[in-house]
Amino acid sequence: MTADLTVHSQEFLVDEAATLAFGARLGQSIKAPAWVHLHGDLGAGKTTFARGFLSALGQLSHVRSPTYTLIESYYLGNSVVHHLDLYRLASAVELLDLGLDDLAADPAIWLIEWPDRGTGVLPDWTHRIALSDAVGGGRDVSLTRRHT
Amino acid sequence: MIVLGLESSCDETASALYCSERGLLAHAIHSQIALHDAYGGVVPELASRDHVRKWLPLLRASLSEASLTLSDLDAIAYTAGPGLAGALMVGAVAGRSLGFALGVPAIAINHLEGHLLAPLLESPAPAYPFLCLLVSGGHSLIVAVRGLGEYEILGESVDDAVGEAFDKTAKLLGLGYPGGAALAALAESGDPTAFAFPRPMTDRPGLQMSFSGLKTAALTATRAHPGREADIAASFQAAAVDTLVIKVKRALAQTGLERIVIAGGVGANTHLRESLKALGFSCFYPRHEFCTDNAAMIALAGCLRADAGELVSVVEGVKPRWPVDSLLPPAR
Repeated sequence: MTADLTVHSQEFLVDEAATLAFGARLGQSIKAPAWVHLHGDLGAGKTTFARGFLSALGQLSHVRSPTYTLIESYYLGNSVVHHLDLYRLASAVELLDLGLDDLAADPAIWLIEWPDRGTGVLPDWTHRIALSDAVGGGRDVSLTRRHT
Repeated sequence: MIVLGLESSCDETASALYCSERGLLAHAIHSQIALHDAYGGVVPELASRDHVRKWLPLLRASLSEASLTLSDLDAIAYTAGPGLAGALMVGAVAGRSLGFALGVPAIAINHLEGHLLAPLLESPAPAYPFLCLLVSGGHSLIVAVRGLGEYEILGESVDDAVGEAFDKTAKLLGLGYPGGAALAALAESGDPTAFAFPRPMTDRPGLQMSFSGLKTAALTATRAHPGREADIAASFQAAAVDTLVIKVKRALAQTGLERIVIAGGVGANTHLRESLKALGFSCFYPRHEFCTDNAAMIALAGCLRADAGELVSVVEGVKPRWPVDSLLPPAR
């Protein structure tokens, strides 16, 4: 029997630049294969986090929102990042229509917004990030890492 | 020449027939016609992107609307990208199998080329060259269209598409999702000068656009000023439309083009249409059903390419990422 070891930390992000910097820090430290779940309401900074994350890997502009396309993939040097937004999914079963099986063959980092909508189909997360509005402005962010 | 068009790149499944002599003969979109009988029941919501179940009844509906049979088809045009791999695959398999079975060419069409050419479904149609502003939930593009397969992307959004910014701001204002049209309706009763929202990336040269910051500005205003949703909606719309108009004006000056085509779902926005008309150039826009995803534009693009001698598919399989400026004039 293997026990999960989780490490939890909490931070305050004062503004957009802080969210970008937090994302960039994780972009440098997280290695594939990784399943990063991003939680937070509309406007909480999930896409800003993703922009920071990708900037650390060399994607400096054009981080298109995956809301409509559901998935945007980046091939950056040795890193592959798939950025997903499941907001528009009516059912987790629809994930099967995305053709993710083909992509999942190679190790990649998966950044997944609204992961709850993929419950039952998505693999377990390795990193869980929750962004929320802080009282008096800025954002609270909590990060949980799981090592199995 | 009669060409069948099949579209299944994202949410919509659609089928259409276009004739080089007689124009559009039929077009059907799953959400527009009652297909319940064909399925033996209502299509469950979880199958909203289940194109497999939809394309054949739609094909039959198109053929019957045009009083044609499969043997009347001279070519098949299917959307090969850009879009969702799984969704595209359905149209590609359908199109190529049908072409093989009937012994007619199957032509891969770029979905965005379809949107750029959609105004040619209307009369009067714009002559080449023209400037196309393609604005929808998934795209914000300014493209110089110089001929069939001659497209230059002049500017695009680096983050959210403008239609997405409308839909997400509508959600923040409590108008549901997607609520871009509801936001535009609410804006009618608001003061567009009430809030000074940013006009992103207009203070620097270039034709790139950004809309995610505008959404955040609207969110901040919504929190700080509850009860002023109409003013926020009007101010948001004014900022978004202004941004597009400033970029279009710049693109016209830069290219010397004199005709504007407005395509995509946001092209239905009255305020945007009026603001672009006020620039004093000829404006063209396809009717709403040809602005949003449809197969008529795919059949048209296929027919134009087939007429010009392109009777083979330029791509094998599907291309989920397929920049429209990588296209070439018809291959012979």
